[in-house]
Amino acid sequence: MSRFVNTPLVDRPGRYFLAVLAAVAILAPALNLLLPASSPLHVPGQGVELLGKYLCYALLALAIDLAWGYCGILSLGHGAFFALGGYAMGMYLMRQIGARGVYANPLLPDFMVFLNWKQLPWFWHGFDSFAFAALMVVAVPGLLAFVFGALAFRSRVTGVYFSIITQAMTYALMLAFFRNDMGFGGNNGLTDFKDIVGLPLQSPGTRAGLLVAIIAALAGSYLVSRALVTSAYGKVLAAIRDAEARTSFLGFRTENFKLLVFVVSAIMAGIAGALYVPIVGIINPSEFRPEASIEAVVWVAVGGRGTLIGAVLGAVGVNYLKTVVTTGMLAPYWLFVLGGLFIAVTLALPGGLMGSGAAIRNLIGRLQNRPAALPEAAE
Amino acid sequence: MSLALALEPKALEANNIPITNSVLYLDGVSVSFDGFKALNNLSLMIGEAEMRAVIGPNGAGKTTMMDVITGKTRPDTGTALYDRGRRDLLQMDVAQIADAGIGRKFQKPSVFESQTVGDNILLALKGPRGAFSSIFGARGRMLRNQIAEVLERVSLADAVSKPAGGLSHGQKQWLEIGMLLAQDPKLLLVDEPVAGMTDAETEATADLLKDIAKTRSVVVVEHDMTFVRALGVKVTCLHEGSVLAEGALGEVSSNPRVIEVYLGR
Repeated sequence: MSRFVNTPLVDRPGRYFLAVLAAVAILAPALNLLLPASSPLHVPGQGVELLGKYLCYALLALAIDLAWGYCGILSLGHGAFFALGGYAMGMYLMRQIGARGVYANPLLPDFMVFLNWKQLPWFWHGFDSFAFAALMVVAVPGLLAFVFGALAFRSRVTGVYFSIITQAMTYALMLAFFRNDMGFGGNNGLTDFKDIVGLPLQSPGTRAGLLVAIIAALAGSYLVSRALVTSAYGKVLAAIRDAEARTSFLGFRTENFKLLVFVVSAIMAGIAGALYVPIVGIINPSEFRPEASIEAVVWVAVGGRGTLIGAVLGAVGVNYLKTVVTTGMLAPYWLFVLGGLFIAVTLALPGGLMGSGAAIRNLIGRLQNRPAALPEAAE
Repeated sequence: MSLALALEPKALEANNIPITNSVLYLDGVSVSFDGFKALNNLSLMIGEAEMRAVIGPNGAGKTTMMDVITGKTRPDTGTALYDRGRRDLLQMDVAQIADAGIGRKFQKPSVFESQTVGDNILLALKGPRGAFSSIFGARGRMLRNQIAEVLERVSLADAVSKPAGGLSHGQKQWLEIGMLLAQDPKLLLVDEPVAGMTDAETEATADLLKDIAKTRSVVVVEHDMTFVRALGVKVTCLHEGSVLAEGALGEVSSNPRVIEVYLGR
């Protein structure tokens, strides 16, 4: 096979990226579990939780970048797939509570007892099994994306119109999940989880294990995404992104290519949501907020669209910044900071963080090549 | 209008091939956009391994004709048959028509600029075009020599790993012709292939198209009369959506109606 046809599955930045993930997967749990709290190198439990949360967001950003960066499908509703994956996991975790709830009902979760329900709704059956819940984590977002994408792409809904209807989709789901009679806990959502696959959720060991699982999912999704975008399929995706009509005149059914990447992306977002819920301990309808999906797109833009690694860097970086800003005196102004960041990146670093190296080299090159131009400009 | 009708018997006579020998057969095709008749009862027949030049003033319906043939535009009335009259183009969509062997080169060079020259050809190569087969199957395994062969033919063999966006205008036009060849079509529709080319490039393009037309049917839409002359093939002149004249270039260009509406006095 010739080199120009196939780029390597893991390139040099990819190797660094996977090495850093592996290091975090080993060091963070080790420094949390093995070192005493008094040690300066000790990673507190809260640190593990934050890191896990950031990396779930990173997986969501990776999913968005796969569809947006490589095929030009800008979904402003990926938070919905994330939340659906989260709810599937949340339902499993609710069933694990058993009789330990406030009302000590062995069958019904607390909110159902509170609503005076007598039996488990049909769609809650099966969620006592982890395997079934894991299947739903993948199947529900995947199926929604399949139906939604098939309708949209067949009808040639593209570009900004597609983005708008994905916003409508997540908003509609948010309103639905807010309703008590939907059977998903209304605006309180699902919470008070006790354990996962028999392990207590509050124990540091379980939380460290969750972090490792999140990192494994992120690395696995990265490799799947790379396999897709470096294959001939990826070249067709890029062709669709750059000139969809042209690609269909070559004989490709572009809607099928778009549908496949959209479904894969939605499944990754669902997995991200499912891993997010046990580590933060709650899922509620606010995860469906349209703003949440837009914020995730900003992470990708900040990190660098169409690079996968950039999406991860953007998600971790922006969320770290959010943690810092919203716990300080700038807290009321977070959205201004986020918006400003988005504008600044768009204007100054169109390639995002991943493109900043090239942008800086470019700037230095220009300064070196035109030293005489500077004094002239000052005159 | 009446004059065009008066010319029609002559056009039909010049076009005296049976449907069963035609690669493309258009009959009575009309398309209107908001009352404007882009195509008006257009009839055209292209034979096997025939090259045809289509000329005509702006708005004569040349691009709309290509849109109808490739399935981009559905005509209001008319017949469009392909492959000896065996396939009805009006029952097929864009991807099916492309797959059946009708390739199109657009007026504006539309190569995939962010991808390499070699990848552009890879995308165009004939073969399974399903989403899954492109991940696991044939397209991933298509060989370098198939790509090299096509690039050799359009004189771009050295540029194989360069980004297509970096090519010169003329080279992009050739790359697009190469992409057409890679599709291995029966019928090539080529829209203004030499727009913006130097004289030497124009000449080379004419030779390339003549070479291609030895084994495939080619329809070339072009304004450059020097180029049309260099092709030395039968010419169809369109005007207001129908055929105004058809025949050898000398014949068509001496037609008084053609001179009036197109060539100028």
